[in-house]
Formats: sequence, C-alpha cells, structure tokens
Amino acid sequence: MANSIPNRQVICDTLLELAKEDRDIMVLASDSRGSAAMATFANAYPDQFVEVGIAEQNIVGISAGLAHSGKKPFVTSPACFLSMRSIEQIKVDVAYSATNVKLVGISGGVSYGALGMSHHSVQDIAVARAIPGLAVILPADRHETKKMTEALVEHEGGVYIRIGRNPVEDSYESEDYEFVIGKAVTMREGSDLTIIAAGETVRVALDAEAALKEVGVSCRVLNMHTIKPLDEEAILKAAEETGHIITVEEHSIHGGLGAAVAEVVVQHKPVPMRILGIPDEPAIAGKTSEVFEHYGISAANIRNIALDLIGR
Amino acid sequence: METSALKAKAAQIRMDLLTMIHGAKTGHTGGSLSNTDILTALYYRVMKIDPARPKWEERDRFMASKGHSVESLWCILADRGFIPKEELKTFSQFGTRLIGHPNNKVPGIEMNTGALGHGLAISVGMALAAKRDNKSYRVFCLMGDGEQAEGSVWEAAMAGAHYKLDNLVGIIDRNRLQISGSTEDVMGLEPLEEKWAAFGWNVVSIDGNDMDALVNAFEAVPTVPGKPTLVMANTVKGKGVSFAENVPHWHHHVPNDEQLQHALAELSAELERYQQEGQVR
Repeated sequence: MANSIPNRQVICDTLLELAKEDRDIMVLASDSRGSAAMATFANAYPDQFVEVGIAEQNIVGISAGLAHSGKKPFVTSPACFLSMRSIEQIKVDVAYSATNVKLVGISGGVSYGALGMSHHSVQDIAVARAIPGLAVILPADRHETKKMTEALVEHEGGVYIRIGRNPVEDSYESEDYEFVIGKAVTMREGSDLTIIAAGETVRVALDAEAALKEVGVSCRVLNMHTIKPLDEEAILKAAEETGHIITVEEHSIHGGLGAAVAEVVVQHKPVPMRILGIPDEPAIAGKTSEVFEHYGISAANIRNIALDLIGR
Repeated sequence: METSALKAKAAQIRMDLLTMIHGAKTGHTGGSLSNTDILTALYYRVMKIDPARPKWEERDRFMASKGHSVESLWCILADRGFIPKEELKTFSQFGTRLIGHPNNKVPGIEMNTGALGHGLAISVGMALAAKRDNKSYRVFCLMGDGEQAEGSVWEAAMAGAHYKLDNLVGIIDRNRLQISGSTEDVMGLEPLEEKWAAFGWNVVSIDGNDMDALVNAFEAVPTVPGKPTLVMANTVKGKGVSFAENVPHWHHHVPNDEQLQHALAELSAELERYQQEGQVR
C-alpha cells in the first residue's frame, strides 16, 4: 500500500505519545533533530530532549550516563556516523556496561542516496552484531516501526536500530500481528524455497514471492526484523521444510543478514543458499530504488535467482 | 576523616597496592601511586557513599576515566568494605572480578571503563540526569593527563559547560608522564588550564598530592554556580616511592622483592609519621 510517512517520523510520533506517561523516555540528537524527525518531540518535551551537537562519540557516552541514572535514552543520529564513529562507546559504554540505550540509526543503508559512501551505511549490521549483548533490529514498514518502538520502551538493554530516510511502501496491512524482539515474522507461507529479508527489503521479497507464485513456485517469506538475537528456529525450519534459502539485504554481503543466516544454515542444516546485497565496493549513488535495481535487489532478479536455485 | 588520618590512609593504600601488584606480577604502578591521594580524599572524606548500599540513589558518583590506574581503587573499595580484603589477592588472575580496569561487577564501580576518553561523557550524562531530576548528588570524573589527547574528552567538556553542570567535577591527574615519556613531548597539552577555562569550566589548580588542598577543592564544589569544575591535580607519578617518582618506566612496571621491601619501609615510616601527627592534634 502506498505510504507517505517515513519510519523516522513514526518513531517520533510513537515516542511523543509514550513520553506523556513515561517521563524517563529521553531523546538525544546530534544536530539531527530535523533529519531524525524529532523536532516535534524536542518542542513538546524540552526536559526529555538533549542536543549534543555534531559529536557522535559524545551522544553515546552521555546516553550511557543517562541510562545509568534510570533514564530510557533514544539516540537518534545518522546510521553511518552512529554505527562507526562511536563504535567504541557502543562497545564499552553501552554493551560492556549493560546500559539501557537505544541507538536509532536514521537514514541507514543507501537512503542518503547521492551523498556517497561517507553517508551510506552498509557495514553497520556487521559491526553491531559483532558486539556481545547488543540487539540489532530493522523494521520493515511504518506498522512495524510503531510496534517496534513500543516494544523498545519496554525492553531493557542496548539495541541498535536501523531505519531508512524515505517513506517505504507497506509490507503489513495493519498492526494486527505479533511483534516480538528476536522472533521472525512469517509473511508468506511456502514450500519450495524461503526468502529471508529485513528492513526495507522485506517489501522487495514480498514482490518476488508474488512473481514466483505466478509461475507456480511456492515461496516462504520471513521478515527477520531482529538480526540479533537471530531467530535460528525459524531459519532451520525454513531450511528443513523448503530446502533453499535466499537472503536479501540493504547491506554489504559481508557480515550482514545473509552471513548471519549462513552461519546457522551451514552449521546445522546445509541447504543451497544465495546472499543478495551490496557487493564489496562503494555503493553506487542514486535513489534507493535505483541502487536496489543496480545490484539486483528487485523482484524480477530474485525470481530468476530463485528459479535457478530450485532448478526450474 | 581528619587530614592527618587521610594522609596515613593514603600511605596504607599505597602499601596495599604495591603488595597487590607485586603479588599479581602486573599492574599500573606509577599512575596508581599518583592518584592515591585524590581517591583517598574522595572515598574517605568528600563523597556521599555507603558501602552497605553501593547503588544508593543519592550517592555521589565516581568515574575512573583513566581506568588503567584501578589498583588504588580496588584497594580502597576493599578497605572501605565494598569487597572483601582477601579478594585483592585475585587481582589480574584468571577469572577474577578485579581485572586491570574498572569492572561494574564489583560493588562500588558505576561503569566499565578502560578505553580512554569515555568517562567524562558518561559523567555528563549522570550529572545531567541529576539536574533534570532535581537530585543533589555530584559526579567526580578522574582523567589522566595523557588522556587529554583524546578528542572525545573535549566533546564532553563542551557539553558539560553547555548544560551548566555545576554538579560535575573533572579531575586531571596531572603527573606529566605517559607510557612513552613526558606528556609535553608525546603530545603537548599546555596551556592545559587555559584550554579548560576556554571550554567554560571553572578551573582550580592544586598540588594533587596535598591532602588539605584536595579536600578544600572538592568540598568547595559547586565552586561557581552554573559551571562545571575542573580540578587540575598536579601530582607526581610514582608518588611515595622514592625510586619510582617521576620515572616513566614505572607506568607499568612491577616491583621485585627487594624494591617492594624498600617501598614498604618508606611508606610505613610515612604512615607512622602521619599517625603521630594525628595523635599530637
């Protein structure tokens, strides 16, 4: 379904609502209240908002101190900087010290489009998931973003969240489903193969499933919104029941969703697999849809890969 | 605790930490000796803390940003009863809680530190939370002088002044030596006090091995309303052990049996002197 609300706006709106009741919720920005769509939050709750300026190491350290003092900080900062420039603070101050900090990487993946490799964030999942105790979540659409934000306020512990910049087409029809951190959502049932996606590529996976259905292929689609802790049970069930797996992600093919799934598959239930993502090169500049098309992250290409994989 | 008793206590802590490092055959000796007086002033006189309630909400917070000099802190936490004194024998041994850097599995430690340039930002967060919640606790953050080369220190310094955190106290253990030699040769810091003042902090410069000066500086906080305080504690690396004082090599060097006996003899003489001083009063 067409949608005009970006996920970052959904996070702001949801936190605005929850902050009415929960005075411990805090939002921090690194000169990013505009890009994070947090200006309305900053205006509505100045006492629950902290501006740190362009200082990503500082925003994580300050958040850890706030969390240590009982606050529930949400750091909102561009994913490219938050995930890389402050990674040591994330490792030591958030993960090692076990502080309750939610790190919201905004404009992640290639959603900064023409700004180039400095602003693309396609290594963040690899980096974040190597840190012990840090959960990693990519919501698929506005419905999931809302449910995720509500779940995060209740969740105790460090989490890296990655969302894109622009509105994304819906993957869910409504919020009428169960969102549990660490549990994949079966978006479509199927028996010939499984496509596993996360974040904005879930929509692409669903379109690929529709294209495969037209040629008589029964395709399962798993939305692996939590990449860590990974839902190994859902992956092994897919391997067992469908025999083939394709992963699709807006991330380097090194160390992301595909790698995480492969680690489980190859050790416990080896089945033919394909990993689709950004190859080992600075990603080409362009709109997300153009970049996806360029790298074959499209329904048509996934359909072809799927047919090849299952030998049809 | 009176200052003569604090001085005697510092001598005892120095003896404890040297014995601990000697036993473990590892440790950051020089920086632990230089910061012992600072920690003694805080933990036995200045800070509101309760060893029976390490997480007491109203407690003052201490952040060891220069985490590698944790040896003096372990000895103080043991002496104050946060942990059993016997546990000091496990320092740096396999599976111990008392590792070579602050570890929040140990009661009395707020956060894990060790990567330099992290402590002040966390302290800013703690002090900011106190302000937003109208709590009266203060946050003391001990940094090394070599640590001042980390850019993240200055990000946090900016934020501390911006948010007018007069409940925040930065302390620099200014012993002028880091592992590779003089701080001014490795990466010049001077004029360091002017830099902190330019970042909006109230700077108090003292002899950081002078117990009266330390107590006076810390007890005066908040020194200037609306401004964080930076205590420039000018110290001697290796303080209290004649052969280790001002010798860069002792940054991370372990005394042998003979050196330990020599150091303990010097420190016990000092301890007795301060104990007598206390009795005369």
